Amino acid sequence: MSKQTQVYDKEIVFAGLAVFLIIVTFPFWYNLVLGKAASAPVPELTKEAKAAKTCVLPAAEMKSEHMRILDVWRHSVVRQVKRVYTTPDGRDFEMSLTNSCLECHYNKTEFCDKCHTYASVDPYCWDCHIDNPKEIK
Amino acid sequence: MNENYMFSLMAVILLFLLAVLGVDGFGLYSFFGIFVPYLSFAVFVGFFLYRVIGWARSPVPFRIPTTCGQGKSLPWIKHAPIDNPSTTGGVVVRMLLEIVLFRSLFRNVKLQFRERGAKIFYDWELWLWIAALAFHWAFFAVVVRHLRFFTEPTPGFVKFFEYMDSFFRVEILTDVVQIGLPAMFISGFVLLVAVVYLLLRRMFIPKVKYISLSSDYFPLFLIIAIAVSGILMRYVSKVDIVSVKAFTLSLVKLSPALPEGVGTIFYVHLFLVCVLLVYFPFSKLMHMGGVFMSPTRNLANNTRMKRHVNPWNYPVDVHTYEEYEEEFRDKMIEAGLPVEKGE
Repeated sequence: MSKQTQVYDKEIVFAGLAVFLIIVTFPFWYNLVLGKAASAPVPELTKEAKAAKTCVLPAAEMKSEHMRILDVWRHSVVRQVKRVYTTPDGRDFEMSLTNSCLECHYNKTEFCDKCHTYASVDPYCWDCHIDNPKEIK
Repeated sequence: MNENYMFSLMAVILLFLLAVLGVDGFGLYSFFGIFVPYLSFAVFVGFFLYRVIGWARSPVPFRIPTTCGQGKSLPWIKHAPIDNPSTTGGVVVRMLLEIVLFRSLFRNVKLQFRERGAKIFYDWELWLWIAALAFHWAFFAVVVRHLRFFTEPTPGFVKFFEYMDSFFRVEILTDVVQIGLPAMFISGFVLLVAVVYLLLRRMFIPKVKYISLSSDYFPLFLIIAIAVSGILMRYVSKVDIVSVKAFTLSLVKLSPALPEGVGTIFYVHLFLVCVLLVYFPFSKLMHMGGVFMSPTRNLANNTRMKRHVNPWNYPVDVHTYEEYEEEFRDKMIEAGLPVEKGE
């Protein structure tokens, strides 16, 4: 028997493969068609944040660990009534989103939201801290 | 100890070391970050198509659907339209249920000897089905979730998956382990538990172990390594997610730019995923495409309604009796043999 070269049920096989191609190349065409030409967001610092120079931890560490720190803070305040956080370099802070973090970072839309939206993260901080009293807007 | 799983385990460890050595030791960031991902994606897509088209070249001369119910017959005999479909519509429903629910695996039984081999039992093998279902769906959820790194803005369905996936708010806050935020995605852990079960099953059930080869263990170890590295990156040794997304977006926008200050673990995760993509089209993982091509599932059982001609039937040189008699009539008459047409 000679080598088979014919593709059987061509229409349905190629239709299926086309669907496969469309699905696996989704990121390529999605960004081309619907994507925004967005570069990585740079959160804006307020003048208070700039003046303070460092947060409770160095910026690189804050980037990846701030959510864990906030969670631990809440746990420590609510469960253990420990309200003071001492940084590795010996500064003391009140463990409070509103009273410490938002003291400098009161610009939620330009600071928090920028990266959160970009990384598709929807933190539940604002479920309770509703009106964000420190935000001047 | 079994050389099959030791071989696969060693292969995965070697691949892990290769990524660590390449990135940390030799600083081959652009090789592991740009060249390998593009190459692996091209290999995955190219050979996936090649294999499916290769299968489509095989003729299916007969209707060979597995009949799991009463075929279409006389009107007063109850027909099972999904388990023994006679129409394309029935086939579509059957395939769909097979793909999303693994119905044929659900029906799987295992042979057991009881009472010292005196009696044979066929037990329903439920756990394999549950683990397989959990594994595949969790993997699907994980893949969809990862689209947040490849799209800007993140489409709604990805956000919906993330929302559903972080539905259970797990919080473990001790001095050592601090998990709670970022929110725990359940799919990653379901994936890991299921794949570990599938591995242990092959390792500890003697009959399954007997038929398991390195090519069965390798993808399991590889997926375990991918899941563990991913879980570590999210909950323990966190990476800067914004840099990662900028990098992955640059990849899909075809203007690759390496991320700054993203740890080795990210490159390990990425490299192992690339290995999985390259391995995919050459391995049993091709059942992803193969399930659609399986003639025991995708054919309608309509042999009594339609004539199916064997596609490799070739024209046969026929010499009919009429032609034969035409040729030899004189000799036949001479020999006194009866002929149909006289002089």
